[in-house]
Amino acid sequence: MNTLFPLTSFSPAPPAPAPAPHTAAQSSTSSPLATTKPGLELVCPAGSLPALKAAIDAGADSVYLGFRDATNARNFAGLNFDEVALKCGIAYAHTRGRKVFLALNTYPPASNVSLWLGAIHRAAACNVDALIMADPGLLGYSQKHYPALRRHLSVQASATNHEAINFYHAQFGISRVVLPRVLSLDQIALLAANTPVDLEVFGFGSLCVMVEGRCALSSYVTGSGPNSQGVCSPPHAVRWIETPQGRESRLGGVLIDRYTPDENAGYPTLCKGRFKVNEINSYYALEEPAGLNSLELLAHLAGAGVTAIKIEGRQRSPSYVAQVTEIWRRAIDLYLADQHKYHAQAPWMATLDKLTEGQRHTLGAYQRPWK
Amino acid sequence: MKLSLGPLLYYWPRKTVQAFYRAIEDAPVDIVYLGETVCARRHEIRFPDWLAIARRLQGAGKEVHLCTQTLIESASDIALLHKITDNNFYQVEANDMGAVHCMAGRKPFIAGAHLNIYNLPTLQWLASLGARRWVVPLEMGRDDLVQILRAKIPDLETEVFAFGRMPLAFSARCFTARHHGRTRDDCEFNCLEDPDGLTMETLEGERFLVLNGTQIQSASTCVLLDEVEYLKTLGVDVIRVSPQGTATLEILNIFSSVVHHSGNPETARNALLSHLEDAPCNGYWHGGPGLSQCQNKTLRQPDL
Repeated sequence: MNTLFPLTSFSPAPPAPAPAPHTAAQSSTSSPLATTKPGLELVCPAGSLPALKAAIDAGADSVYLGFRDATNARNFAGLNFDEVALKCGIAYAHTRGRKVFLALNTYPPASNVSLWLGAIHRAAACNVDALIMADPGLLGYSQKHYPALRRHLSVQASATNHEAINFYHAQFGISRVVLPRVLSLDQIALLAANTPVDLEVFGFGSLCVMVEGRCALSSYVTGSGPNSQGVCSPPHAVRWIETPQGRESRLGGVLIDRYTPDENAGYPTLCKGRFKVNEINSYYALEEPAGLNSLELLAHLAGAGVTAIKIEGRQRSPSYVAQVTEIWRRAIDLYLADQHKYHAQAPWMATLDKLTEGQRHTLGAYQRPWK
Repeated sequence: MKLSLGPLLYYWPRKTVQAFYRAIEDAPVDIVYLGETVCARRHEIRFPDWLAIARRLQGAGKEVHLCTQTLIESASDIALLHKITDNNFYQVEANDMGAVHCMAGRKPFIAGAHLNIYNLPTLQWLASLGARRWVVPLEMGRDDLVQILRAKIPDLETEVFAFGRMPLAFSARCFTARHHGRTRDDCEFNCLEDPDGLTMETLEGERFLVLNGTQIQSASTCVLLDEVEYLKTLGVDVIRVSPQGTATLEILNIFSSVVHHSGNPETARNALLSHLEDAPCNGYWHGGPGLSQCQNKTLRQPDL
């Protein structure tokens, strides 16, 4: 059997430093949000220190990032931060009045919980502004050791209703939840009316078709998935093969798509391939290769009670992060200056479309017909 | 070790469902999980109907549980959730943390496979809130389960999904409706046509996944029949069979014979394989890709 279990290659957890006191006062003085307008925070991805700087320079209110291991959901080679880079990034952000959130949003497997617990101590020692977590064990542990360090509930926790969100709030004192990309605008408004927890939603980037945290498609095919290994359709399992029928993309040996010579071959993300169902020989049975762009819904999202907009893409380049951040910064500023005049300007949409997967965008579940 | 029948994951006509559970009254199964876990729009069997089925099964000596939906989004989803968790007759399998909220500290509950219980601290937390049983995540392999069971949490049972197409992913989108060119809100309930879901093949004809409304399942069937003895040694209390369009009774009989040593294991194995439309798989259990099939059963004793 072809066993793929990247966890075995991970270095052991570093010794946990003694818990450093992380008080609310510290948090608030170390990173005042001087440039943040009240009401709508722009949260941008940083897969590297250059990307972090690009996001900050382009107007991000906060950036989110992860350690260079399986503790976060973008565990790809060449991405993410060690402690030296993290400290540099936090200094860069805090000097400019912005915040840094650290994603610890995979589920620690029973055999290696210590790596994740160690990451909590390392993050707190670096003075991050919040931890983004999904696993209840981690939420409880970080609350116990660093009660004043903000806890955000990761999208990987699959919290789609107020009963779930308020439960995490009551149990672990979460101050924010990142909502799975399955809710319509009306459902988000219903949530906002029923929870004291801040709502963060995805505004732009790759679109998960499935409820985050409840998708085992990648691990089914490759042995590595988002929940435990922090990867989806991982590169090590991808093969491109030229055949007389066209170029094929395979994941773990499974044919995900086949392209004619005039088609651009995309990355074989499992849920965005072409398949056969009954009499339909080839179609995007789950989802087209398109990205989420909700810029035209910005006013509606804010009106529904959303307080933070997240840009997906820690795996993207600094220049991508800069371009996307800049446009969203301008859009949010326009909205905050005059809510009634806001509209998504055509040049913004054109630029964003060029940066979008498959050069096509969708409003995803925010718009009911997507479902 | 007890044998359970998981919730019906497909959408069948009302009479088919009622006949199915009538037959289950006499089947060699100890525990039956009931309710619609996949899609709130499915309405052939409504909440009072599930209660009626539950009463009959309980009368036939079964331990009966009601299950919550796995994806809870709308106001009506929440209303149904409250109906289920407020019922005073049957313990509930929570498939969303919102459901746990409704029962935590108030009544015992069963922590479903989709709560993402991957490690001991999380399991201990749920046990402290009133979980009396947990269902192991489908992705979890043997080695991690051994680690967790070493802790021997008192009064907490462990259940393993041992047979059926695995529910791998959930979405707000209905893939069956999409296949028929419709949206979920206007789905016309096409999933009634597919008692085992719609098989999705790769472009080279490999049967890969199953579209079951908003749920995606494996096309291969998870089969842990060969692991029953090992699961017993490990201290697993319950093994679960997931209902299929055909032969569910026969499959329960086969598992029962293996659990109770009342038949020849090789005969049982061959009989079970004859009921499979697709390949068997057990890859998750052995720590690899879920779709893979490891030929060797686990022989060594768990190091507990």
